[in-house]
Amino acid sequence: MQRSFITRNPSVLIFLALLALFTLGVTVLSEAFGIGLISTSYVKVLGKTLCLALVAVAMDLVWGYCGILSLGHFAFFGLGGYMIGMWLMYERTRDIVVGALAEAPIPPTEQEIVDGIGTQIFGVVGSNEFPLIWSFADSLTLQLALVVVVPGTLALIFGWLAFRSRVNDVYLSILTQAMTLALALYLFQNDSGLRGNNGLSGLQNLPGVEQPQSHVSMWFLWASALALGLGYLLSAWIVAGKFGSVIRGIRDNEARVRFLGYSVETYKLTVFTLTACIAGIAGALYYPQAGIINPAEVAPITSIYLAAWVAIGGRGRLYGAVLGAVFVSLVSSWFTGGKAPDIPLGIYTVQWVDWWLVLLGLSFVAVTLFAPKGLGGLVDLWVERRSPNRHGADLGPDLGSLREKEASQ
Amino acid sequence: MMRILLAALLLLAAVCRVQAQDTPMQAVLQDNADLMVKSSRQTIGPVIDAVVASGLPQVQDVLQAWQAKEMWQRKADGLFFHGEKLDAKTYRLTDFDSGLPVGEFAKGDLRQLKPNSGVRALIGVALVKFQLSDPDPTKRRDALVSLERDPNGAALEALRASIAGETDPALLARKQRLERLLTMGYDTDPAARIAAMEEMAGDTGLDVRATLNPILQARLQVFDGEIPEAMNVLSRLEPGSDTLPVTVAYDLLVEQSKAPALISHDDMRNILAENIDGGRVGGIPVAKLDTDPARRQAFATLVEQGLTEAATTEDEIESYLSDYIFAEVYAEPSRAVTDAAAMALESISTRVGIGQAVDLTLDALSLASIYFLAAIGLAITFGVMRVINMAHGEFIMMGAYTGYVVQQWVPNHTASIIVAIPLAFTVTFAAGVAMERLVIRWLYNRPLESLLATFGISIALQQLAKNIFGTQARPLTAPSWLDGAWVLNDVVAISYIRIAIFVLALFFLGVFLFIMRRTRLGLETRAVTQNPGMAASMGINPGRVNMLTFGLGSGIAGVAGVAIGLFAKVTSELGSDYIVQSFMTVVVGGVGNIWGALAGATMIGFMQKGIEWFNPSNTLAAQTFMIVFIIIFIQFRPRGIVALRGRAAGD
Amino acid sequence: MSALLEISGVSVSFDGFRAINNLSFQIAEAELRAIIGPNGAGKTTFMDIVTGKTRPDEGRVVWGDRSMSLVGMSEAQIARVGIGRKFQKPTVFEDQTVADNLLLALRKPRGPLAVLLFRPTTADLDRVAELSTEIGLESALARKAGELSHGQKQWLEIGMLLAQEPRLLLVDEPAAGMTPEEREHTTSILVDAAKTRAVVVVEHDMEFVRRLNCRVTVLHEGAVLAEGSLDHVTRNADVIDVYLGR
Repeated sequence: MQRSFITRNPSVLIFLALLALFTLGVTVLSEAFGIGLISTSYVKVLGKTLCLALVAVAMDLVWGYCGILSLGHFAFFGLGGYMIGMWLMYERTRDIVVGALAEAPIPPTEQEIVDGIGTQIFGVVGSNEFPLIWSFADSLTLQLALVVVVPGTLALIFGWLAFRSRVNDVYLSILTQAMTLALALYLFQNDSGLRGNNGLSGLQNLPGVEQPQSHVSMWFLWASALALGLGYLLSAWIVAGKFGSVIRGIRDNEARVRFLGYSVETYKLTVFTLTACIAGIAGALYYPQAGIINPAEVAPITSIYLAAWVAIGGRGRLYGAVLGAVFVSLVSSWFTGGKAPDIPLGIYTVQWVDWWLVLLGLSFVAVTLFAPKGLGGLVDLWVERRSPNRHGADLGPDLGSLREKEASQ
Repeated sequence: MMRILLAALLLLAAVCRVQAQDTPMQAVLQDNADLMVKSSRQTIGPVIDAVVASGLPQVQDVLQAWQAKEMWQRKADGLFFHGEKLDAKTYRLTDFDSGLPVGEFAKGDLRQLKPNSGVRALIGVALVKFQLSDPDPTKRRDALVSLERDPNGAALEALRASIAGETDPALLARKQRLERLLTMGYDTDPAARIAAMEEMAGDTGLDVRATLNPILQARLQVFDGEIPEAMNVLSRLEPGSDTLPVTVAYDLLVEQSKAPALISHDDMRNILAENIDGGRVGGIPVAKLDTDPARRQAFATLVEQGLTEAATTEDEIESYLSDYIFAEVYAEPSRAVTDAAAMALESISTRVGIGQAVDLTLDALSLASIYFLAAIGLAITFGVMRVINMAHGEFIMMGAYTGYVVQQWVPNHTASIIVAIPLAFTVTFAAGVAMERLVIRWLYNRPLESLLATFGISIALQQLAKNIFGTQARPLTAPSWLDGAWVLNDVVAISYIRIAIFVLALFFLGVFLFIMRRTRLGLETRAVTQNPGMAASMGINPGRVNMLTFGLGSGIAGVAGVAIGLFAKVTSELGSDYIVQSFMTVVVGGVGNIWGALAGATMIGFMQKGIEWFNPSNTLAAQTFMIVFIIIFIQFRPRGIVALRGRAAGD
Repeated sequence: MSALLEISGVSVSFDGFRAINNLSFQIAEAELRAIIGPNGAGKTTFMDIVTGKTRPDEGRVVWGDRSMSLVGMSEAQIARVGIGRKFQKPTVFEDQTVADNLLLALRKPRGPLAVLLFRPTTADLDRVAELSTEIGLESALARKAGELSHGQKQWLEIGMLLAQEPRLLLVDEPAAGMTPEEREHTTSILVDAAKTRAVVVVEHDMEFVRRLNCRVTVLHEGAVLAEGSLDHVTRNADVIDVYLGR
């Protein structure tokens, strides 16, 4: 029992090694630092995928381990993106405005620069005033703090309200979905202060950075890999200890945990808020690589997709979440990018751009029905782990508990 | 040939001149000939007045011909006639005074009077008083309509005169109403106006408000000293108050040249830029001019050097403003009239408020029925069977597309809707049963997994619909008898489609209650819901019951789809627009109970409309606030409005 | 003798049905008590009230030397003051090992931060081993709880309760579905436990109650019908009427 954390969890070491190997491989093959086999745009795709894997790890923590099927974690992801996007857009626009005003005979005052930035940013929504929420947009440190604070606070308030009144299971899922919808609708408004459905754009340009995008994209890939590694390590450490025991207990049998004297609500709130912060960080790394963020990214459907990735990867195991997110998003970009070959059926040609979503939807059904362990189940086959035989019974009375086929011995 | 013709014309002209005393109308027209030919809205008034003032019986004919562009001037002698087209080149002229034809002329010899629309409108106003008493009721109605649309005081006398002889009761009522309105707005006797206002107070018609509002229009004015007694003042305003910001007040002074213009930030910068002298402005290096104090200092130096004029400072603004009195003054001089108008308007606005509340209630009711229709199927599948069906929205969409496809085959809209409703039910019933058999039944008691599986079905169905029907919206047209609205008055109106949806919602409530309470299936469903094991041992086949229940819920979603498709555009995303609201409806109402769905739909419908009422321009914000409100509501009633308590709740 | 738990005048109703009707009940330190009663007598609701799952409509629930009111406290708070509860069905964490289950129950700080930083000490592990011996699961420490037999799960749950070191143990039908040997073992665990703490056993099985050899309270329609030794209550006419006579 007293062995070290890593030796008890060899999968963490394997995962970190693979991640390091992957990062090294991409670096060697990149245009900026290597032989140029991987284009800059594909480096961005890979970097974004790492961010998605990180948010999937957060989702797995909250759903796979704690049993809360949150349909709101992509909202936290988006909020993180918005927070960093504000700084990027502000500073970038500032550079442009200062450049333009440098031509003027009289040097601009500070106020004139700020007004100029306001006009540039909010012109599309018919305004030129900075809303209150942009107060800190000129400070990288504060916006970076907000990347964690804003999703965290939202999760804290929402979670406190929801858990306190013992909203559980599907009700909780629907409530989180409602929260996400409310946020998306709010952001869609022009007077939300975040440019309505125009969103924030031009985020790929780092202010004050001269290097080309090929370099910048590699930096972000490294940062994303580092964040994923740290996030994974943190999550693995959390679930390996007694805390993990408690939250798995909450997942399978909430009442028992409560009667053991643990405040279930506090634990749920802790996990919910912590994962929201992780999601915010993932979003803050994702959107500078995507270059643009708009309210559609926050819409409820994206959060359901997130849950589906985790399900496909296999919930209740962290590497499963990573597998699911990476697999689905890469395959998805392969299909929708028009790289998949069409299938001629004589009278009709199946074009994957049109049919990919049908296939994806049906594979969600197939995975839930036939392979509850998801892709993680393949690992079980490899290391020859068995599922318990409980004659079809779940591992606990709660609706979020692991199914017999999901568990392993 | 030409000469002979010309001679003949001259002769004819001479004859006409001779007859001048017998042709009074022609004389009037000739007096104003130049103005008539080169008519414009600004100059034509006196001409029309002169024509009308002649008091001749021909006036109406002349004005009508003029307005209809049927008045022609003979180039030879400049006389005006009513021209009638015989063919492309020939016109027959008729004399206004005698009413007799004077002959046929080539178009080239004539000049058509082409009054522009502004002039024609003025002619119309003058015509009205003749038309109001015209024997032809259609003409009388047209005249009334034009007067209603463009009320003016000049017609008031004519209108009053025409009331006595009016035989048509409907027209009489309209004339009397219009007479009151015109009296309010234009009567020269204030007492008559006030009387009319008191009479019309409480009438919610838009026309009454449109008459009263201009009377109460006030304009911001500046006075050097005390406000003259004769002025009808609405209120005195202090600059710097909420109603009169300092900048607005000062701008008004500048506009009236009572104060020098402020030098704006931009102006100052431009002046500084113009006065750059060897890299310095007023002794300060240009590079240092990036703060406001530095710029002010440089500007002050420029003023000292006489290079520019001093700018008005904050203190000076204050002193300028203190020299004047600002007040909002009515254009209407009579205090009594404006008071009466304000009172009348106030009593109207109370009634309008009540009317709007009624209208809002009806609106909310129809929105509630839509949510109820969308959620009733979900209340069955989620409430009774505890299955979260994310594809429910897509069943609604399937129903709407079924309606669209039926309309491609059955062109008659009424018939197509009658066919579409049962067909949509059948299609989605079948889809629901298939889904239950293939997917749902393996996932009972695993609502989170069934959520994901049905979400998969949802995106597959949505994409399928896109592949089949394309991404553009498809029309599902309502029968013509559902067009239009039931109008109670100018404030309260509700469209027939919404009434139909309300009826449909009530109908399905009835159907559901009937099935659950009076049929074998209902009994079995309730049994399976409460205790599946026991029900099975009583010989009920839970699989069959679940299948039929799920089919029923899906079928109703299909019918809801047809109803929603009638007023919303049919797209593949139709369902996802309603899915979250439907879930909220069920959750807020309380699960496992049709009355819960009803209560939830009512609450959400009323709440959304209520919030929209506070902020009518922004439905997005309304929805946001509504959801936030619901999240808070769930705090206090986690199990919904109609909640089961105790052991039966299963906790 | 001062009471450890005192319930007085408690009533609770669900949708008009009075599940508990003016119930008063006391239990002293280190006392073993059996509660019997027909179905619907309010036995489980009684436990729900004590453990905070159900809030009484009226009445007082007072705990311990300092007369703390339990009404309005959450389940977790009540558990932390020293009341442990065992459910009718065995409820253990089936996806976790027996050792994890016991570690989870050990009397330790329950706050998230303390739990996050918790590392089992040798003393903790010794205590787990000791408990596992007590409940006869010493050889199954590394096995997942889900693999245990029904009886073993019941013991594990009792072991978890003991690990909590409660001052009052509420046990709901511990012997249901057990073989005679398993019942005997269960009886001895409970009797042992009652030496150092109060134990309330809700039970249907008269044979099992007799073997516990303790004071018995008979509940009927949400109120106490009779109290005393088993022989005493079985001779009570009312009790025979509503329960044993049928």
